[in-house]
Amino acid sequence: MKLYDLIWLIPILPLLGAIFNGLVSNRLGLSKSVTHAVALLGSGLAWLLGWGAIVQWVLDLGIHHTHIVRLFSWIQGGSLRILDGSLAEVDIAASFQLDAVSALMVSFVTFVGFLIHVYSIGYMHDESDRAYARYFSYLNLFMFSMLVLVLGSNLVVLFVGWEGVGLCSYLLIGFYFEKDWCAAAGKKAFIVNRIGDWGFLLAIFATFMVFGSLEFSEVFPAAAAHPEHFAAAATVIGLLLFVGAIGKSAQIPLYVWLPDAMAGPTPVSALIHAATMVTAGVYMVVRCNVIYRLSPTAMLVVAIVGGLTAIFAATIGLVQNDIKKVLAYSTVSQLGYMFLGAGVGAFVAAIFHVLTHAFFKACLFLGSGSVIHACGGEQDIRKMGGLKKYMPTTYWTFLVATLAISGIPIFAGFFSKDEILFKAFEAGASDLNQFGSAYYVLWILGMVGAVLTAFYMFRLVFMTFHGEFRGGEEAEHHLHESPWTMTMPLVVLGVLSIFGGLVGIPGKLFNHPEWNLMEWFLEPILLPIGHAAEGGHDVSHHAVSLGMEWGLVFLSVGVATFGIWLAYRFYMGAEAFARPQRLAERFPLAHKLLLNKYWMDEIYDATVISGMVKGSRVLWEFDARVVDGAVNGTALTTVGSSFLSGIFDLRVVDGAVNLIGTCYDVASRWFRKLQVGFAQGYAMVMVFGAAFLLAVYYLFKLN
Amino acid sequence: MIGATHYVALSLILMCIGLVGVMVRRNFITVLMSLELMFNAVNLNLIAFSFRLGDLTGQVLAIFVITIAAAEAAIGLGLIIALVRLKDTVALEEADEMGG
Amino acid sequence: MEYLIANFSAILFYLVAVLAVAGAVGVVTLRSPVHAAVALLETFIMVAILFVLRHAEFLAAVQVLVYAGGIMVLYLFVIMLVRITDLGPGTVFLSGLAPLAILGGVVLGCLIAIGILLGSMAAGASGADAMTMIGGETVGNTEAVGWVLYMKYLVPFEVVSVVLLVAMIGAIVFGRRDAALAGAGEEVEP
Repeated sequence: MKLYDLIWLIPILPLLGAIFNGLVSNRLGLSKSVTHAVALLGSGLAWLLGWGAIVQWVLDLGIHHTHIVRLFSWIQGGSLRILDGSLAEVDIAASFQLDAVSALMVSFVTFVGFLIHVYSIGYMHDESDRAYARYFSYLNLFMFSMLVLVLGSNLVVLFVGWEGVGLCSYLLIGFYFEKDWCAAAGKKAFIVNRIGDWGFLLAIFATFMVFGSLEFSEVFPAAAAHPEHFAAAATVIGLLLFVGAIGKSAQIPLYVWLPDAMAGPTPVSALIHAATMVTAGVYMVVRCNVIYRLSPTAMLVVAIVGGLTAIFAATIGLVQNDIKKVLAYSTVSQLGYMFLGAGVGAFVAAIFHVLTHAFFKACLFLGSGSVIHACGGEQDIRKMGGLKKYMPTTYWTFLVATLAISGIPIFAGFFSKDEILFKAFEAGASDLNQFGSAYYVLWILGMVGAVLTAFYMFRLVFMTFHGEFRGGEEAEHHLHESPWTMTMPLVVLGVLSIFGGLVGIPGKLFNHPEWNLMEWFLEPILLPIGHAAEGGHDVSHHAVSLGMEWGLVFLSVGVATFGIWLAYRFYMGAEAFARPQRLAERFPLAHKLLLNKYWMDEIYDATVISGMVKGSRVLWEFDARVVDGAVNGTALTTVGSSFLSGIFDLRVVDGAVNLIGTCYDVASRWFRKLQVGFAQGYAMVMVFGAAFLLAVYYLFKLN
Repeated sequence: MIGATHYVALSLILMCIGLVGVMVRRNFITVLMSLELMFNAVNLNLIAFSFRLGDLTGQVLAIFVITIAAAEAAIGLGLIIALVRLKDTVALEEADEMGG
Repeated sequence: MEYLIANFSAILFYLVAVLAVAGAVGVVTLRSPVHAAVALLETFIMVAILFVLRHAEFLAAVQVLVYAGGIMVLYLFVIMLVRITDLGPGTVFLSGLAPLAILGGVVLGCLIAIGILLGSMAAGASGADAMTMIGGETVGNTEAVGWVLYMKYLVPFEVVSVVLLVAMIGAIVFGRRDAALAGAGEEVEP
């Protein structure tokens, strides 16, 4: 039994931890040590098993081999007729597969997840025993769902995980459910997610209808072999899948839940809303890259939505004052970059950015958690400052992660973001799918977004850690560094933020393409489409010269540096806060717009939600008046008709019965006269009877 | 010639008159008398056929009929006595204890 | 005169028959029971004459003795004993019943008449001689009847005697005073 045959166990281990913590620790109120020991075992063993399975898989089978472990036949239906007229058997199996992209996802999901479990021990130690158990149960449950999602070998198992992470997101965001706004945030997340899930479900149906199967190992080769045949279907499926991704990965217009999701505990924000769950959408798009590559339209839509979201969220993040909200909008923006990458055909770059983003964003969130913990729950950065000297570990890891996100070489984020932007430029230059100009615009948006990203992230660093503490005397005395359970994961993630990007060095810049481990590792998932080994729908690699490439590298570094300098100017030194203040006064409307996040929530409330409420009211009215009226009318009709029926029964039926009785009465009254005891009457009857008999006898005799 | 047919016809007439009398008369005694009339009609019939067939059986039967008629008359008149004692009338319509 | 002598039996028959029918009608229609009894008596005598015409002399004698002499006397005794002989101003006949009864009687009579007319008489050795002969010997009607009665019909004869006995007992029972009261359903003091 090889470890890669046990990949089904990887999700199960945290599930067992979740069940134990949820049913035993929670109920019996076991001590925190037991709870977090079980939780750490669950996620830690999953991490070790995951890494072990991956290593064995690479060594034994090689990265080109997709190892599928089929557990059992889950949904068995009859045969359905699919689009090309043939009959397809509905047989959805509960099966997991280990290939390049799922291995990659498993590797960092389990690792980062484990780190966050460790961090949570320190962060949540103030909670009651039962809340602590509930938290870790949900966290383990989330690990289970996410691992099912990334390890699933067909769309349905993926969807199970998809829904599971949505559920756990709701549970964890609304962890402090006694507070109304936390519970509301949880509901918002779940409901907005659900809208995306609707699209996903339609995509599953469409896939089955077109391909007759939902297994990745069957659909993608079939699609790749006949690109022209499936092109139209691919557009539909791609767009519907992307609707799901919009919901799960918080793109425009379904991003509104992510900022509100900051109501949950900070480790939750780190794990779910930075490193793993929100990247599930990107994973799904990259997994289905064959479908997208068959459909230029779908890819363009993905790129446009991603690009617009990137810049839109970055603008909002410029003026937010809650440390977690800044990071939330930053996440939305970075997810936009990932989709932009996928939309220009740079699927490897997108997944690479997922990986690096997991490291530095988790580090940022955990760092912010550390800060909040030190400030006694304060999250407003205007009340922080100068924390550098009180919490150096937190400061240095936070700084490293910020450098990574800003795209400064050689930190992790630089390589992945630069790759995405380069590919966007290349798509524009090579006029990918005849949408060249659109891609150029998107590249520009990406560049501007990079400036903004660097700016607002360093604004965050300067306002939080530099300068003087603005929170007051009282709070200043409580400032302290966090315990080792919290700083250890920060250090690990910080190191990864520095060196984690080196797996994706763009080796071709140095004429050594083989240096790019990412591209080498993920190459198997990019199935060749049809007979176009090169060109066709794929991004041409010859549109941009080497010199141009180097130029773009320096450009992106330059814009990032510009952003940092601007932040320094605005928020550091003697005139700190004066310049942004003047800018805000000069453009009060713009400032208000950004501060109120373009009033998006309010717009949704006024349009969609009010519309739905009004619509529901109309339907309720219809139901109450018409439907209930009909029902009541039926009841009245029944009563009325039964009344008439009763009268009928009383008069007619009973009358008929009574009539018979009366007939009998009359007849008997008449016949009674025969039996009066009057003998001569009897005699007369006898005479008549005898006469009658004689007559009958004669008649017979005569005949 | 006077044959059996004439006698039988006469017997029939007497029988019918007696029958009507039984049915019609109100006085119980008179009813019984009509009954005697019917017996006589029967006897006449028997004698007519006895002569016609040359068999004395008819006459023997007629003797029996007379005997029985006598017995019946006795009983009947006893009934009248009883009825008179009970209802103080001989009207037959009063004897309706069994009727409804 | 010759006609009278030649058809004497026929004329006699018709005369007697008419008188008998008249008497019968009288029984049925006369109001007073005594009158009805006399009419009945007259009918009996006529029937006896008819018996004689058919050479049943013994029976004629029995008829007169028993019927006229015994039964009629009995009837008259009872009429006398009962004392309510006249039913008052009430009608003789029952009002509604009379027409219907007459109709019934007539109908029945007609039907029987049809039967008689349709039927045919069996031929037989008729004759006055048969009425008086036993075993080839002319012994006279009474003796002949006696022979047949006691030889052939002895058992019925005995049975009829028993019937007479029973009738007698019955009449006595009916005649008892307490029997009448007991018949009314009242308690009888022993």
